[in-house]
Amino acid sequence: MASAKATINLKLKVWRQKDNKSQGGFKEYDAKNVSPDASFLEMLDAVNEELIKKGEEPILFDHDCREGICGSCGFMINGNAHGPQKSTTVCQLHMRVFKDGETLVLEPWRASAFPILKDLVVDRSAFDRIIKSGGYISVNTGNAQDANNIPIPKPDADEAFMSATCIGCGACVASCKNASAALFTSAKIQHMALLPQGQVERAQRALDMTAQMDAEGFGACSTTGACSAACPKDISLINIATMNRELLKATITKKEEHTGGGDG
Amino acid sequence: MFDFVKSTVGRKYIMGISGLVWMGFVLSHMAGNMLILVSPDLYNAYGHAIVSNKPLLYGAESVLVLALIVHVTTAISLTIENRKAKGSRYAVSASGEKASTLASRTMGMQGSVVLAFIILHLATFKYGTHYDTVVNGVQMRDLHRLIGEVFQQPGYVLWYVVALILLMFHLSHGASSIFQSFGFLERKMQKGLRKFAWTYAIIVVAGFLSQPAYVYLLRGK
Repeated sequence: MASAKATINLKLKVWRQKDNKSQGGFKEYDAKNVSPDASFLEMLDAVNEELIKKGEEPILFDHDCREGICGSCGFMINGNAHGPQKSTTVCQLHMRVFKDGETLVLEPWRASAFPILKDLVVDRSAFDRIIKSGGYISVNTGNAQDANNIPIPKPDADEAFMSATCIGCGACVASCKNASAALFTSAKIQHMALLPQGQVERAQRALDMTAQMDAEGFGACSTTGACSAACPKDISLINIATMNRELLKATITKKEEHTGGGDG
Repeated sequence: MFDFVKSTVGRKYIMGISGLVWMGFVLSHMAGNMLILVSPDLYNAYGHAIVSNKPLLYGAESVLVLALIVHVTTAISLTIENRKAKGSRYAVSASGEKASTLASRTMGMQGSVVLAFIILHLATFKYGTHYDTVVNGVQMRDLHRLIGEVFQQPGYVLWYVVALILLMFHLSHGASSIFQSFGFLERKMQKGLRKFAWTYAIIVVAGFLSQPAYVYLLRGK
């Protein structure tokens, strides 16, 4: 290798837990000769190869696209969700942000609604169930119609798009002292509340998604802002304001449903 | 509607509304008490005017007591659920740009001290020693004399300062949070909101603190 860049050595304190039932604990590992250009997950890959060579269990972590767009990866590095750098997923975090000789504490997302499966992997299916409760529109779309047939004010389109960038990684829940899923749920609610396609089920969606959020055992929002600060997609707290407003409006204005046709 | 009140979002509305009642009260309480800096007679006459207007007094007292009970019990129920939702804590806490403010993370602790302060404050003043005085021929309570006595005690003044500084943090976080809880928050408001909340909290607490400071430092001896 022609690279003149100096490699760094790190100490890792990693949460190891055999399965959901077992008691977990920290174990120390050395990450030697780490290239500053490596991503955090590539660094862990190298540590895992060493572990496999020694016949030890590799450290389990979730990952998929490694491009920062799928929402699969994520764990705590020294108490920060996805590590110290803002607007970044852990797969897009590079080792150049760390100093030689640093000790890094790696922990899984901690929330009662996200049970730990093994090591740094947690079960985030609670998010899937929140989506299933109303994070969609029930129309058969057929062929996409001409975009210009659906007028959407530019500010609404921009705001909806920003909400839609949520990748559902769970960093908001992980960084919240109450393990609240308010930022995630509200991003989905605001995304569809701002677009014409979302209007028909708008009130029901707010009622159902917030009910599911509570049913999953997530906490309440204390407005600490930790979620938005940790969010790799910079989802704003204004989404939570929208969710609260939508739920209040839906509670007041929700029409009763009638089954069957006219009975007169 | 019952589902709304039970939901986490609904209970944040309840926290906000009950908090707002007290935000209005502390501001007016502070403003009225500034009369202590003007004259003892004016201060006593102001107090007498309030307690003489029974419908206003009992009406305001019942709204305040109700709001306080609702605020505290809702806070307790949310705190219990939030702790359960978090389960276990991290070995290391967040730092740098991803850390949240201490004031926002310790609302429960601040609130507990403020509650203790309210109870002690009522015991000291409202239900404290009753002195009489006559202002313009009207017999009334000499609250000014009691305040003069109480604020000569350094221990009480110190406790007052500590409790009010915690109240300042509590109010600053509450005053900005209600905009999000009530659903009024807009992107363009975000920057100004913290300034607004801190201005409000500092005005209330600086006003309150000027009163014992005036009595202790300038009126003493």
